[in-house]
Amino acid sequence: MATRPSLTARLSLHQRAGGLVVPLLTTLLAFAVAGLVVLLTTGKDPLPIFRGILDGTGLLWLVHWAVDIRTVAGTHDLYPTEADAVAVAAINLQQTLILTTTLILTGLAVAFAFRCGLFNIGGQGQYIVWIIAAVAVGTHFAGMPRLLHVPLALTCAALAGAGWAGIAGLMRATVGSHEVITTIMLNWIAFWVGSYLFSIGGPLQSSSQASVPISDDVVASAKLHVLWGGVQGLHVGFLIALGALVCFWAILNRTTLGFGIRAVGFNPEAARYAGISVTRSYFLAMAIAGSFAGLAGGIDLLGWQFRFGQIDIQGSDVGFVGIAVALLGRSTPVGIFFSALLFGALLTGTSARNLDAEVFDPELAGNLTLIIQGLIVLFVGADLLILSAWRARRRLPRPWRRTA
Amino acid sequence: MSTIDATRRLPRRLNRDVGLVGIGLAAAGVWLMLPPLGDNLRAATGDVVVIPIVFGILAIAAGIWSASRREHKIGWSAIACGVVGIVLGVAAAEASISTHEAVFVWSSLFAATLRWATPLIFAAMGGLFSERSGVVNIALEGMMLVGAFFGIWGAIRFDHWAIGLLTAMLAGALLAFVHAFFSIHLRADQIVSGTAINFLALGLTGYLYIDIYGDQGTPSEISTIPNVHLGFLDGVYFLGPILGDMNLMIWLALATVVLSWAFLFRTTLGLRLRAVGEHPRAAEAAGISVYAVRYAAVTFSGVLAALGGAYLSIGFVGSFTENMTVGRGFIALAALIFGMWKPFGAFGAALLFGFSSALARSLPEYSEQAALLFETLPYVLTLIAVGGLIGRSIPPAAVGRPYEKQ
Repeated sequence: MATRPSLTARLSLHQRAGGLVVPLLTTLLAFAVAGLVVLLTTGKDPLPIFRGILDGTGLLWLVHWAVDIRTVAGTHDLYPTEADAVAVAAINLQQTLILTTTLILTGLAVAFAFRCGLFNIGGQGQYIVWIIAAVAVGTHFAGMPRLLHVPLALTCAALAGAGWAGIAGLMRATVGSHEVITTIMLNWIAFWVGSYLFSIGGPLQSSSQASVPISDDVVASAKLHVLWGGVQGLHVGFLIALGALVCFWAILNRTTLGFGIRAVGFNPEAARYAGISVTRSYFLAMAIAGSFAGLAGGIDLLGWQFRFGQIDIQGSDVGFVGIAVALLGRSTPVGIFFSALLFGALLTGTSARNLDAEVFDPELAGNLTLIIQGLIVLFVGADLLILSAWRARRRLPRPWRRTA
Repeated sequence: MSTIDATRRLPRRLNRDVGLVGIGLAAAGVWLMLPPLGDNLRAATGDVVVIPIVFGILAIAAGIWSASRREHKIGWSAIACGVVGIVLGVAAAEASISTHEAVFVWSSLFAATLRWATPLIFAAMGGLFSERSGVVNIALEGMMLVGAFFGIWGAIRFDHWAIGLLTAMLAGALLAFVHAFFSIHLRADQIVSGTAINFLALGLTGYLYIDIYGDQGTPSEISTIPNVHLGFLDGVYFLGPILGDMNLMIWLALATVVLSWAFLFRTTLGLRLRAVGEHPRAAEAAGISVYAVRYAAVTFSGVLAALGGAYLSIGFVGSFTENMTVGRGFIALAALIFGMWKPFGAFGAALLFGFSSALARSLPEYSEQAALLFETLPYVLTLIAVGGLIGRSIPPAAVGRPYEKQ
């Protein structure tokens, strides 16, 4: 396939021109449209609903030292004392951050490939493949010490995830097959192979529950350390994700490999002319991107899910949300952190567990999240519209000046 | 001169023939396992799993032989056939313990193939129009989903399936128009826009489904698309059960393929559309409006994909569930690519993938696991196709590139 006008070139344009403005406007616009949808379909005022969602995210916990969060969230009758409200908010925040962890990593998987001018739609498949590898390692070797077992599980999975994405990278590099097509195909292959592995009687299906299509529980020595909260509290994976953000930045900006990858992203022909191996960059960019997505899978499994089943594979879409995260975050580490936090909070806040059904039907809210997500991606993609409006506003006075 | 050519050509023909024999061997390996031969063989020898494996290995060997001697296409086909032959043959051999007849009642399998292929054919034809005009359409999935929802919505609301089809087409066209606007006028990345459309469609249909139908789901008594009963085929061997009582939409799908081909390759408008997809600048220089052609093509692709979705909800299943297309739009995309962006190629691929779906649905009778693995077939085949093993799939030259007016 001929080289496209690269996405990377466009992204860099934004970092100079749009900066914070475009993502912020995009988000506001998406929420406004979603609010309009609510107003038109149910006739309810969207503001209390958004406030209910905010309450469900637990983000208010961050300000509980300053104000009584029940007044902000408008949930005075729900919780008798402020301490109750804070305790609930803490649990909600832990869930938000756990999801943020996953989304940071799946977002990085998309963003890293972006920087090389590749579009990695395969985050979902890479996530599943990693989960499979982590399940395989995590449910065995019961006697191993944790310090050895966790890294082993994550590393084994690393090879699987990187290899999976590497297929797409290799095919792009050698025969030029478009990575969008190959990663879509690899996603669905992973989806069905995963469904097979966890199916009843499948190789990884539970030995104790023969009639449920689900894996065994991860043994205790392979579970991640919990930093804050109870059984499914915030685990150490959050720190790993933050570390991955730093790694992302360091690989791209402080290594020869990263320089090559960015150069290829801007202009493959020029990079080739400058002696950078485009083939190698494509392959490595995809492999590294795949290992980010996979790390998300491994951490999810060892951190809080502990087991995985057919239903989880079929219901999971974190890999796809990663696309939205990377686009909104403009493929920069800081941007990805905040957009992952936004989507993590949105998904947690609209979950059936956290959203008060009296405020809004969680099933509707879950779909509302998808709508918001779609709108954000759509508007981010249409940066040109916002940018040209921006430029037009600045350009307008010029003829005035000339005539004056 | 001619004698020298003849002697040189001889080994080449030999290489070719070896590959062809390999393909034949793979097919024979599978065929031997199917009833009635498989049962007889089993009675005679006991363990028959070895047969398809041996045939398959011979086929692969023959394939490698000719592939390494410059007969790439035939050689690699033989290799692929050998692999598929082993998988199928072993599955069949393992299957035929008792439920064999039930699984391989061929005519019902063919009928099921057509049913599964129909949504794929519609969506693949939709993709064909869009991509031939130079706009990547990975939003086929979303457009199908919207078609499925608004199809059933219209059929319930106005109590007639025909109106359901109209609302589906309208909804598909609208959604596709959004994709067109963003990727043509705003020159957004077409993949990004397509991804966004998929999210939007999933959220919108899920939201409206719950908002309108709630926990009850869609009503059970709805007006569905009727079957076309061909009286003269009653009782005709083999063809009767397949063609005699097919859904209207299946006939429509078959017609769409022929019409798409005729339009794209036998009319001026079709030529213009392809020109815009291959070299927009030249097309514009020749006086064709690139934007107008692309808008029309993308919008029409939404109409077709939505028809495929509507067939799913009001033709095939008779109800709607959230995310009911589960990746069929992507299989259609795979079929389009596998068929090398050609109407009959895509049609053939859609039939093949429909067949694999039909088979996967009848396999659970004896092995649920094999059925799950079978679902990967379309995707694996497409990977092989874009990987260039069996005649590389090469997209239209300008696909995916936004066009800036001069």
